Amino acid sequence: MSDAAEMDRKTWMGLLARAPAADVARLWAEADLPEPVHDWLRPPETGAVMVRGRAGATGAPFNLGEMTVTRCALRLADGREGHAWVQGRDKAHARRAALADALMQGAESGAVRAALLAPLAEAEAARRAATARRAAASKVEFFTMARGED
Amino acid sequence: MYVAVKGGERAIDAAHDWLAEARRGDPAVPELTLAQIREQLALSVARVMAEGALHDPDLAALAIKQARGDLIEAIFLIRAYKTTLPRLGASRPVETGAMLCARRISATFKDVPGGQILGPTFDYTHRLLDFALAAEGGAADARVPDPAQADAAQADAGPQADAGPQAMPHVLGYLDSEGVIQPEPPPDPEHAAPPPDLTRQPLELPADRPLRLQALARGDEGFLLGLAYSSQRGYGRNHPFVGELRIGTVAVELDIPELGFAVEIGSVELTECETVNQFAGSKAEPARFTRGYGLVMGQSERKAIAMALVDRALRWHELGQDDTGAPIQDEEFVLMHADNVQATGFLEHIKLPHYVDFQSELELVRRLRRKAAESGRREAAE
Repeated sequence: MSDAAEMDRKTWMGLLARAPAADVARLWAEADLPEPVHDWLRPPETGAVMVRGRAGATGAPFNLGEMTVTRCALRLADGREGHAWVQGRDKAHARRAALADALMQGAESGAVRAALLAPLAEAEAARRAATARRAAASKVEFFTMARGED
Repeated sequence: MYVAVKGGERAIDAAHDWLAEARRGDPAVPELTLAQIREQLALSVARVMAEGALHDPDLAALAIKQARGDLIEAIFLIRAYKTTLPRLGASRPVETGAMLCARRISATFKDVPGGQILGPTFDYTHRLLDFALAAEGGAADARVPDPAQADAAQADAGPQADAGPQAMPHVLGYLDSEGVIQPEPPPDPEHAAPPPDLTRQPLELPADRPLRLQALARGDEGFLLGLAYSSQRGYGRNHPFVGELRIGTVAVELDIPELGFAVEIGSVELTECETVNQFAGSKAEPARFTRGYGLVMGQSERKAIAMALVDRALRWHELGQDDTGAPIQDEEFVLMHADNVQATGFLEHIKLPHYVDFQSELELVRRLRRKAAESGRREAAE
């Protein structure tokens, strides 16, 4: 994951979507991040997104199956808009992600970055690194044995 | 045909009360939590997600609990739930080449860039019952390494172990770059229509490859396994190499219309299998290998391999092969019978009241027997 200080909007929205809902809730509470008054442009709604693959990994797209997703959009009193599309069915997760998206577009961006985005990015990078380490530990070298025919 | 019947509400209520009790089992045994099912029966969860065609591990765990572990019943529950969800969009095709792999093996090349990663596999286990798991508590976890030991083992794996996720290019890409395998070019995005979706339009035949792949990806594992095995044994001969099998997570990216850019909305675990099959060639074209493709939600390599074999077998026409009349080459046979929710619905409906149908058949049989008996008597009298 790129440095939290250089994250663009696409990156932080992705990070918030992939993060476990419990992590977002915990970090939000621990840092006492603001929960400003807002209007719903679109209240949280759970639905499905069709996930697509490609024939032969690179060819024609096909529909693999759906995944649950929750989305919402809100507007703060000062007009900033926050959008969220997050994996799963947790509406509080979507609301916090949309709030973070709105707050990131103003004066609170530093606090949100430090208290929420940076720890989420770090945790995700640690999970990925742990998987990579486990994978590397189960890497094998196969040796071809002589078959005794020649 | 079965007919509507009235009555029996009390009996049905009593049956369902009993079902609820039976589902719970002995109340002296602690109740299963969804987290236990999700974490410890992860491959059941994966199957329910793949064939329910909905990625949501918690919902799959709930379905398994409610269905008393009957996975086809659980898949049915997921399919029914799915119809209540609004469709919010369709993702960009996932990039399996960028997968964070937990497993990645090739049966065609010993030395592949990125290496052969065994991952958490049943391969090379002895298939002996492990009675340590029968003991509850501490003893059961004897084989689970403690984190310190696991770290030490990983440190032994060498410097690359610390280098973070390693690029794992598709193995078939090497054959592709040499031109010895049929290429798999992406369609021209300018002219590409969205792929057909059998959850929106009924499956129609002949089906193109994207539609077949969707049907196979959500098809019954056992049915695909049987078909794939039949072709290995000679019914539509198709004995490929597993060019690559990989399991891991990929990001799912969606174009968000109101924002005007694409955002990652989550990540899913997938199993992908690419097979290398025997060649096609002609006077005009030099010989080259052909491909079969399997992609399944969750960790399910048996299904992914079987899917790749069935995909390849169904391409006989496109690749200029003969129709040998084998079941696996018959698109109608394969696609119309692969869905276990459809199949179980039609199969099990015959247990519901068919009293009127049966009465009419019973009447017919009695009449035929009466006629036969009468003509027998007449012949005896003559």
